[in-house]
Amino acid sequence: MHPLSITASSVVCALGAGRAALRAALHDRRGGLRPSGFPGAPEGIWLGCVPEVEAVTLPPALAGFTCRNNRLAEMALTTDGFLAAAEAARERYGADRVAVVLGTSTAGVEETEQAYRRRDPASGALPADFDFARTHDLQALPRYVRARLGLRGPALAVSTACTSGARTFLEAATLIEAGLADAVVAGGGDTLCRMTLHGFASLELLSRGPCRPCAADRDGISIGEAAGLVLLERAERAAPDTPLLLGVGASSDGHHMSSPHPEGLGAVAAMRDALASAGLQAEDIDYVNLHGTGTRANDAMEDRAVSHLFGDRVPCSSTKGWTGHTLGASGALEAVIAMICVEDGLIPGCLGVEQVDPTFRSDVAIANRAAPLRRVLSNSFGFGGSNCSLVIGRALS
Amino acid sequence: MKCWVGGLAVLGPGLPGWTGSEPILAGAQPWMPAEPAVPAPAMLPPTERRRTSLAVRLALAAAAEAAAGEDAAALDTVFASSNGDGAVVGAILEALSDPEGTISPTQFHNSVHNAAAGYWGIGVGSTRPSVSIGGHDDTFAAGLLQSAAAVVARRRGLLFCAYDAPLPPPLAAARHTTIPFATAMVLRPEPGPAARAALTLRYVAEPAEASPPGEGLDALAAENPAARALPLLRILARREAALLRLPLLGDAHLEVAVEPC
Repeated sequence: MHPLSITASSVVCALGAGRAALRAALHDRRGGLRPSGFPGAPEGIWLGCVPEVEAVTLPPALAGFTCRNNRLAEMALTTDGFLAAAEAARERYGADRVAVVLGTSTAGVEETEQAYRRRDPASGALPADFDFARTHDLQALPRYVRARLGLRGPALAVSTACTSGARTFLEAATLIEAGLADAVVAGGGDTLCRMTLHGFASLELLSRGPCRPCAADRDGISIGEAAGLVLLERAERAAPDTPLLLGVGASSDGHHMSSPHPEGLGAVAAMRDALASAGLQAEDIDYVNLHGTGTRANDAMEDRAVSHLFGDRVPCSSTKGWTGHTLGASGALEAVIAMICVEDGLIPGCLGVEQVDPTFRSDVAIANRAAPLRRVLSNSFGFGGSNCSLVIGRALS
Repeated sequence: MKCWVGGLAVLGPGLPGWTGSEPILAGAQPWMPAEPAVPAPAMLPPTERRRTSLAVRLALAAAAEAAAGEDAAALDTVFASSNGDGAVVGAILEALSDPEGTISPTQFHNSVHNAAAGYWGIGVGSTRPSVSIGGHDDTFAAGLLQSAAAVVARRRGLLFCAYDAPLPPPLAAARHTTIPFATAMVLRPEPGPAARAALTLRYVAEPAEASPPGEGLDALAAENPAARALPLLRILARREAALLRLPLLGDAHLEVAVEPC
């Protein structure tokens, strides 16, 4: 693919609103996971909850879109100068040439959960004020962001479980390559909701404390919420230091709905595809930001896949110990983390891990390391056997 | 943006697969409303097959029909659905609102929007990239636009499937989908022996003129987001040239120029 410049980015997660809060926490090794205070959550778990999200109000003309997921999107839009950058792109290219491609696994289903608690006791009907199209529906997120930014280009909701956020980079690149857009607002947002919390609880995949990806004694995931947004444009006119999306790869496992292929064949295929689309070899990658959820199966599979391609030459780690697994937003959040790693020459070692799983063969960092990073590979894997890898870095010259 | 459409599928009330439906869609035979027989997916192992929901059955039946005669495992896929597996999502919401309710692990992994795509990959043994999208009432047009863009950008054949099933109460009252419907088509970057028509697509940032409500078969379009494909399917069945305008996002539309091969 032709590299795309990541002209602007913004992020909201358990570490707070904005890239600065995320950057400081990564350097200082301060995690954002806390014992759950989320109403109706399973007992005894830790969560990566975004502070103050309930207090966010949407502009009056778009108040009908109000739900936790669009509040999170609004926080990301008004953070890190994203609104101004998107407006500048709109002026530069025209509103109809800027597309919106956003990923989410559950959109505003948290709003639907609340509506179910307010059902008419006699008929079971949902309350009349429940707005399915602008909250529950997957399209609610891209529609909200498109309207909020005054854009008139194509808009797409991507929902491929935990690869949703990463996969939007591929669909965005497709729209630009096909000539349908000159710039794309991509990324994703997913919020805490009881559907995912109890769903992962039913699979017995929730950690009893803050998650410890790649640890010998890891015991599952901690769920978080986040929104990450990027503005992608053709790279030709980018300033020299602009971070670039160099490659994207995707694959399917074709194996099982909720268990990864044990040898990580799908993960290897996605990483290979990402390298090929960037025109790079394995030795061109300086750090791998793992999907690294903290489950026994995912981390073991991913270690096999990463060591198959990179041996123990490339340091790798998961940042989910800071943010939790933010599901459909994780690929977007971790793309922003990859940019910070490149900018700062930072390898953020897995948080809260005393001993790496002794069976792992890749070079798992558990303390922060400083190293010049030209290019970072970021992995996302999800239910349904969906895999997606991004290569983020500087120009190849 | 130009691509060629080959294998086709349709499944809905009175539309029992492409072969049986082609003369009906073309207007050569009358349309008779009838519950569609949606087969259990033969591509899945028996235990999985029995448990598949209507939404997954619709998607897999349409995808399999359109890809028949192709190397199905070699095709990238786009699965487009407005409601996803609404029956599963509805059952989970019921369980969450009941103090005694429990969610099963199978229910949860079937609730993801890419469940049908996941079963397709398992069923045909494909490791090719697959994306699942939503687009509310404009799901078909959004999926067709993204599919054509992928064919043009990546120069590979692609299987596009759009499907939706009715939601259970109380969600049903909040989201109008009264019939099951699915359609699928193989899109290619160049004409070939299997090509039926060339599609030239254009995104236009102006609203399409509202079309009058259809009657008979054409009235199905208002009953299911995937059935918004009917104007295109009818033109393809008639092997005629036409210029269609499919609404998108309230203030835009997808212009589709159809030229038969």
